[in-house]
Amino acid sequence: MRWLWIDCIVEHDAEKRLVAIKNVSLAEDVLHDHVIDGKPIMPFSLMIEGMAQTAGILVGSTTRFKEKVILAKIAKASLDCDVTAGDTVRYDATIERIDDAGASTSGTIDRRVAGGEAWERIGRIELLFSHIDNNLAGTEFPAHNFVFSDNFKMILETAGLANLAD
Amino acid sequence: MSRDDIFEKIQEVLDDALGVDEDEVTPNASLTADLGAESIDFLDIIFRLEKTFDFKISQGELFPENLSENPDWISDGNLSDAGLAMLKERMTHVDFTSIEDGDRNISKIGDLITVNSLVDFVEIKLAG
Repeated sequence: MRWLWIDCIVEHDAEKRLVAIKNVSLAEDVLHDHVIDGKPIMPFSLMIEGMAQTAGILVGSTTRFKEKVILAKIAKASLDCDVTAGDTVRYDATIERIDDAGASTSGTIDRRVAGGEAWERIGRIELLFSHIDNNLAGTEFPAHNFVFSDNFKMILETAGLANLAD
Repeated sequence: MSRDDIFEKIQEVLDDALGVDEDEVTPNASLTADLGAESIDFLDIIFRLEKTFDFKISQGELFPENLSENPDWISDGNLSDAGLAMLKERMTHVDFTSIEDGDRNISKIGDLITVNSLVDFVEIKLAG
């Protein structure tokens, strides 16, 4: 299993906003380990990860993915209802603040149920990211950017956004 | 903006950033020792203060950062006289009296940042 919790980027407003979607599938083992009242439920922790990947790509893109952007804090996270197999989740992330030390983002989670057409707002997540090379009191990290792997580059290329990275 | 108004807004900032109740945010409460702030919370607080009061805060302006990078400032894990002088000059919103003749361990420096320090900092920024 690859640790990717978004399927594709659907909107990008440079240095401001990024929107990604995730199609929830029964092919994912994790749903079988998270069954509540007989229904496979997408764990909220992995939806937070999905938002972190969405917002992390947005923050990383502001420096052409040269900074190592690490999720440092989940400032707020709320979810109003469950997501299950067949649903589509939309992560909409916006940069609130960014500087050399890090960035804060706000985001919403929308759900479109299987067979449906309308999107429904079901959650909000505020995150804080650290640019770790500038923010850990001189601690040294490997020169290569281990945060943004080839998996993320594939997502950028699929969305026609390969030009965001060097 | 009055000092009371600044204090109320800082209560809200710390409520959001640290998940503490507003009545815990007293003027003399230490951000780390009393309110449980960790290093990454400082960045969160800085961003929220910038947004709330509409000014920019430079790295190291509000909280001491990267002290260990300069060997003149830290000696055997303790703040040197030069380090203390540097902090007193840079951070006029913090009261360093208690460490001048006492424990100067670098881990204790964060405890000196109180809610009052933030109010003083915002007052100075808004006046500037």
